[in-house]
Amino acid sequence: MAIEGIGARALRKEDKRFITGKGQYTDDMVLPGMGHAAFVRSPHAHAKVIGIDASAALSMPGVDAVLTGDQLVGDGIGNLICGWMIHSKDGTPMKMGGWRALEPEVVRHVGQAIAVVVADTPAEARDAADAVVVDYEELPAVVDAVAALEPGAPQIHPEAEGNLIYDWEIGDEAAVNAAFASAAHVTKMEIRNNRLVPNPMEPRAALASYNDAEEHHTLYTTSQNPHVARLVLSAFYNVAPEHKLRVIAPDVGGGFGSKIYIYPEEMVCLWASKRVGRPVKWVSDRTEAFLTDAHGRDHVSEAELALDADNRITGLRVKTIANLGAYMSLFSSSVPTYLYATLLSGQYNIPAIHANVKTVYTNTTAVDAYRGAGRPEATYLVERMMETAAREVGLSPADFRRKNFVREFPHQTPVIMCYDAGDYDATLDAALQAADYAGFAARKAEAASRGKLRGIGLSCYIEACGIAPSAAVGSLGAGVGLWESAEVRVNPVGTVEVLTGSHSHGQGHETTFAQLISERFGLDSDAVSIVHGDTDKVQFGMGTYGSRSGAVGMSAIVKALDKVEAKAKKIAAHLMEAAEGDIQIEGGELKVAGTDKKLSFTEVALAAYTAHNLPEGMEPGLKEGAFYDPTNFTFPAGTYVCEVEIDPETGQTEIVSFVAADDFGKVINPMIVEGQVHGGLVQGIGQALLENAAYDENGQLLTASYMDYTMPRADDVPSFNLSTHETLCPGNPLGMKGCGEAGAIGSPPAVINAITDALGSNDLTMPATPEKVWQLCQGAVKQAAE
Amino acid sequence: MSKVSMVLNGKTVSSDVEDRTLLVSFIRDVRGLTGTHVGCDTSQCGACVVHVDGKAVKACTMLAVQASGSDVVTLEGIGSATSLHPVQAAFREHHGLQCGFCTPGMIMSAVDMINRHGAGNLDEATIRDELEGNICRCTGYHNIVKAIKAASDQMAGMSQAAE
Repeated sequence: MAIEGIGARALRKEDKRFITGKGQYTDDMVLPGMGHAAFVRSPHAHAKVIGIDASAALSMPGVDAVLTGDQLVGDGIGNLICGWMIHSKDGTPMKMGGWRALEPEVVRHVGQAIAVVVADTPAEARDAADAVVVDYEELPAVVDAVAALEPGAPQIHPEAEGNLIYDWEIGDEAAVNAAFASAAHVTKMEIRNNRLVPNPMEPRAALASYNDAEEHHTLYTTSQNPHVARLVLSAFYNVAPEHKLRVIAPDVGGGFGSKIYIYPEEMVCLWASKRVGRPVKWVSDRTEAFLTDAHGRDHVSEAELALDADNRITGLRVKTIANLGAYMSLFSSSVPTYLYATLLSGQYNIPAIHANVKTVYTNTTAVDAYRGAGRPEATYLVERMMETAAREVGLSPADFRRKNFVREFPHQTPVIMCYDAGDYDATLDAALQAADYAGFAARKAEAASRGKLRGIGLSCYIEACGIAPSAAVGSLGAGVGLWESAEVRVNPVGTVEVLTGSHSHGQGHETTFAQLISERFGLDSDAVSIVHGDTDKVQFGMGTYGSRSGAVGMSAIVKALDKVEAKAKKIAAHLMEAAEGDIQIEGGELKVAGTDKKLSFTEVALAAYTAHNLPEGMEPGLKEGAFYDPTNFTFPAGTYVCEVEIDPETGQTEIVSFVAADDFGKVINPMIVEGQVHGGLVQGIGQALLENAAYDENGQLLTASYMDYTMPRADDVPSFNLSTHETLCPGNPLGMKGCGEAGAIGSPPAVINAITDALGSNDLTMPATPEKVWQLCQGAVKQAAE
Repeated sequence: MSKVSMVLNGKTVSSDVEDRTLLVSFIRDVRGLTGTHVGCDTSQCGACVVHVDGKAVKACTMLAVQASGSDVVTLEGIGSATSLHPVQAAFREHHGLQCGFCTPGMIMSAVDMINRHGAGNLDEATIRDELEGNICRCTGYHNIVKAIKAASDQMAGMSQAAE
């Protein structure tokens, strides 16, 4: 195999196991004597639990135990927590209601776990769970966030009066008021961001075991961040002290945010395995996933944009109500605040911004970060406003954006963020050219001759990745630091193991991280292994989310490599009797510049471990660790152009072309980056056209299976036209920005802007189903006839 | 309990199972072949696709007893790490997988698709239409479609060369 360094389209090292059925996912794990868990779940959205009768279930075949919330609380297991403190504008802390992993008193959403059955087989556990009789007293429920704030709405948690969790603000309200007072034009919209279900294809699963002789727990689980899971399970839930708890996240089948959090089920398996004295496995079925995996989005906003006479933006005013569901999930409080309102400046010079965000309890599944997390909501709002404002003032959407672009860096926005680098003209130009924007009018006319409505829409997104630095997020309320760690172990034979706190669940770290080592030492990537996902192997790590594994995780590896390289050079210089400064690493060899003296990487590694002839005072071995704490967020940005054709007879929208021009900073593996964009785009297109978590007024989730929730399928989406433009991020050693979420962030407004352009009507909410589009088509057809 | 016997990846196997045992449970839990996955249990996502007597079947929606006496092939049966099936190789070559969870069903559906249409006879629209029964959340389908097209074309070349 050739040396494939930074920039190579290296094929993935991990693929062979996945394409031959040799992946090892949590549900593939089997432990001797293991039992299976099934949960008893509430069929009601809001109800008092009057009594639980498990007698019939306990007498069924194979049943070990039926455990309830009273036992859980009695064993001292703590409540689930939200790890990011937000204060309301009056200074009061957010109002967090208690969340028990098994609820003994009041259930607050359909699907909430009340009891768990452990039995010999999954089927026996399911049968017995169905035989547990729970007596409920139903309470009135509320599912809509706006309705939940109204006087007289059902009260969900005693801690949060009127269901208000916090009433938060950011920005200078007086400056914004002044901007609107002198505005030449004001664009005003109500903007809804529909609730989504993340839906990684692998449902959540857990396999917990307890060794009573060692008082030690092991948990295999579907986690994006096993160390954070261990920390929270230990420090807050009192399941076990950290050194007595090993968390392993093996192959994980996608996450998209939903596998960041510590959920009741995984915790209950740990606790139950100790209680019943056998390993306990639980695997979510798809409907359980719909009912219990943290959902995403669900915002309602009023937005106003002020323009001066020259169509420059002078102010933005936003009022958002965000639905957090029945409980505050691990990072839920940060999503509609610091991950959302801080991005409301988009790619634009906006001198004054003020946002007010109210978060609300409802009788629905908890809402937390889902691919993009706050940034899709901000981008959708800003880019719908930009397109609408351009139409209102009669400018081309591209020209209006260009007029307001940020062009000087660093750029301090009025909402915390300081953009470090970017070139928004470059990605806009590239996208317009690839989309043949200039030729659109002719295509629209041609489509009209076939009776079709054609539209084009833009979205110029910006996002903030690699959430950091730790001190900054700490000051904003984060309960953890957001650094990353790495350890580089050079083995005596010169092969390299990299232990990383990042976690790969589809991102291809085993390939891209190895490319970094190949680049640095000239080693074949077959000589490099990437180790992740096991708290017994990796010292600590914050995991993978927020597009942070490149910008933060790889930066930690670079720091560790710097140390390894420095030591290897010292050893080589000593062995070859040369000056340390003259040693160069090239093609797997350490060479003395200007001479033919050289040692192979293997020879230097071996010398480090035999330790027969090391520089005076040097420790043996060649292994270094590093922690990397970023200096700033990173700011990926780009332009997406969507072109649609609508059949007015059916309301069916076809995406005929989709162009993405992204700036992710340094790209390590273009093939993998393109794959990330493809996947993100389809999740965003899914939000725009197909997906919606729909509740009825009683809190029943109507879309709780793939027969009801419309996942994007291959025939719903096109192939994509992608390009990247590289402005390096000055904040990290590789210049990386992150690419994991951009597609999902940037695409929904491009799609909706295209459809509303085609229809000549702006009154459209996501998802733009054929029924909604057909209704609007009737107006468009009528207009055309007149 | 019922006795279920079948040829699984070329090997005759036989086990006594509960009548309600699904084919996918038989493959995964009884026979320990974990390459076949369960993504939805309602025949929608296609992560569990295997071949039963040469036809693609969602193993989460067939009882093991219904497959008794049949010839069943799973992902593990079409190729190996040292001898990849052209479709397996194409998925790697074209980055047609990310997390890998839907991949077994995607590959088994793709092999079936190529068998039914004939190698070399697949265009993008047909492939997208045929993938209706397989959901992927990672790749956006772009590279899966490319991989299947490439495999189909390559297999056509192979069969021509063999003639």
